[in-house]
Amino acid sequence: MSRNDVLVTADWATEHLGQPGIVLVEVDEDTSAYDKGHIEGAVKLDWKTDLQDPEARDFVDREGFSALLSAKGISNDDTVVLYGGNNNWFAAYAYWYFKVYGHRDVKLIDGGRKKWELDSRPLSSDVVERPTTQYSAAEPDVSIRAFRDEVVAAIGTTNLVDVRSPDEFAGKLTAPAHLPQEGAQRAGHIPSAVNVPWSKAANEDGTFKSDEELAKLYAEAGLDEGKDTIAYCRIGERSSHTWFVLRELLGHENVKNYDGSWTEYGSLVGVPIAKGA
Amino acid sequence: MCGAPAQGGTLAGIDLTTQTVIQGSVWHDGTPVAGAYVRLLDATDEFTAEVVTSPEGEFRFFAAPGTWTLRSLSPIGRAERSVAADVGLNETTLAIA
Repeated sequence: MSRNDVLVTADWATEHLGQPGIVLVEVDEDTSAYDKGHIEGAVKLDWKTDLQDPEARDFVDREGFSALLSAKGISNDDTVVLYGGNNNWFAAYAYWYFKVYGHRDVKLIDGGRKKWELDSRPLSSDVVERPTTQYSAAEPDVSIRAFRDEVVAAIGTTNLVDVRSPDEFAGKLTAPAHLPQEGAQRAGHIPSAVNVPWSKAANEDGTFKSDEELAKLYAEAGLDEGKDTIAYCRIGERSSHTWFVLRELLGHENVKNYDGSWTEYGSLVGVPIAKGA
Repeated sequence: MCGAPAQGGTLAGIDLTTQTVIQGSVWHDGTPVAGAYVRLLDATDEFTAEVVTSPEGEFRFFAAPGTWTLRSLSPIGRAERSVAADVGLNETTLAIA
């Protein structure tokens, strides 16, 4: 994997609009963004209603994901090109999610919706309809998804990267500052985690920093490349952004995203919690 | 949910005795700027959150008491200002020159 395999520019997306075998997918929490205007031909995925089980806190299952992509008109052989708002947080989450279900060719548009808008590139409000397909998802790949027991076992042994803002890491905030301050029962971070906010990996326009800058960032934070890594945030979407950087851009081998993240860990009974910077 | 809720609108349901709300709007040439990206930076200039302004140019953050920087990005230009926030409602305006 290298940057060119997984990341495309807005120009590349413009040049490949409507090309058979390439499907643009916008992923937002705020689906009204897509409805107001989207890149021409892009289909919409709602990270919550489409990608989360309506009852249990978990993904939709393999059959559910297969049915979803079939209905959206995406085939197993298609190149899926993801973009979205929030500096591509939810697009990166979807990227990781598509990889859990074994989709072969997935890419992100560098900078996502934000750079697209800041560049004043055209958006369309046309309804996009694609003929249905027969999509077949693979068994979930748990080598890239961490669960709570292995996170607790990872304390002091595996690289733990907390990608939330410094105030959330320190325990001063329990949610990102655009949301009411609520969520987990306790504030703080997982002991032995290093704090590398996801935003340090991105430029102000939402594009990713260069490979050299990124390698330096995590090396200086004390990430041991010889060890496995687990990334977490509050609900697993900002940490998908960092998972993408570590595994897909920098090529680290054993990197997992812990989507239970702080809303799960900070509510567990009997686990240690650290506070402060 | 980590995505931003709709910006602006009523403060009903928000407990201003515990929440530190920083809100306001982005203006340029006497008109509100919709669709601007507003980011909240902490006292060390580290990114904390970002929202997109409403059709009326409004933004809202839930922070903590302290000093913060607001910075807006949009195709028409940038604006920045510092805010000292306390518990309760803190209102401000970002003007793009």
